[in-house]
Amino acid sequence: MEKLFVYISGLLFGLGVSIGGMANPAKVQNFFDVAGVWDPSLAFVMGGALLVSAPGYWLVFKRGRPVFGSAFNVPTNRKLDARLIGGSAVFGVGWGIAGFCPGASIPVLSTLNPDVLIFTAALIGGILIAKGAMKITAARRDAMQAA
Amino acid sequence: MEVIETAFTPWASLIGGLLIGLGTVLLMAMRGNVLGATGILAGFMTPSSSSDWGWRAVMIAGMLSGPIAILLFTGGFPTIEVPVNRWMMIIGGLIVGIGVTYGSGCTSGHGVCGISRLSPRSITATLTFMLTAGITVYILRHVIGG
Repeated sequence: MEKLFVYISGLLFGLGVSIGGMANPAKVQNFFDVAGVWDPSLAFVMGGALLVSAPGYWLVFKRGRPVFGSAFNVPTNRKLDARLIGGSAVFGVGWGIAGFCPGASIPVLSTLNPDVLIFTAALIGGILIAKGAMKITAARRDAMQAA
Repeated sequence: MEVIETAFTPWASLIGGLLIGLGTVLLMAMRGNVLGATGILAGFMTPSSSSDWGWRAVMIAGMLSGPIAILLFTGGFPTIEVPVNRWMMIIGGLIVGIGVTYGSGCTSGHGVCGISRLSPRSITATLTFMLTAGITVYILRHVIGG
């Protein structure tokens, strides 16, 4: 039962991304091209999502716990650090270059569009590179602290 | 890079957004998880346990079904128009992967889930990546390409 709801959640997300135009790199780049062929559509995707998710989350959190589980698993870190801001700045550059973000490229993998496949493969490569680099940094820091 | 003009689609985009919001709330209500594409994908590739892997696999299967459902109902996949070459797809993908890992999230995790929780980290992250995406497109189209 739980898996069915998770599947529906993913399906709604995949439909929304596709219908909203979020997985169309031309539309994404045009959204950011305020000085050129501006297409403000994606503000409606973001706005529409928040219109449901903000009050929806509030109602869900008021209930105290998820239907299948004992507690909500939400990030508790509240620190505004260089890693967050630097990482997000870098993400924006990549998003601007390719016109795809992770949530947009994953659902449309099923179209087998070659650009989507190439972007997502590179995305996974980037995630693995960053995870590897983070591990090395953490190991170095531990070694320095131990010394 | 070339410029492909796109039509303003307020209704389709609004409906798409509402569906994304519904999926986001449903996952939190049922399983208590944030619907962040970066986190779901990263956890799918490097799972912490088999039970933690299962729901991510189902989630991704659901996501992949979206465009297939659209194909069944409309006879065509969603429109994907790519104004940039393959090299930019590869470079962009690598940069996105590195950025979202260090930044702990992307448009869905920070931009939808985090902002809905009024998380100061997510609000900061979203403003940051929207700004740098805008600057990047401006430079590519009006400084280099202009």
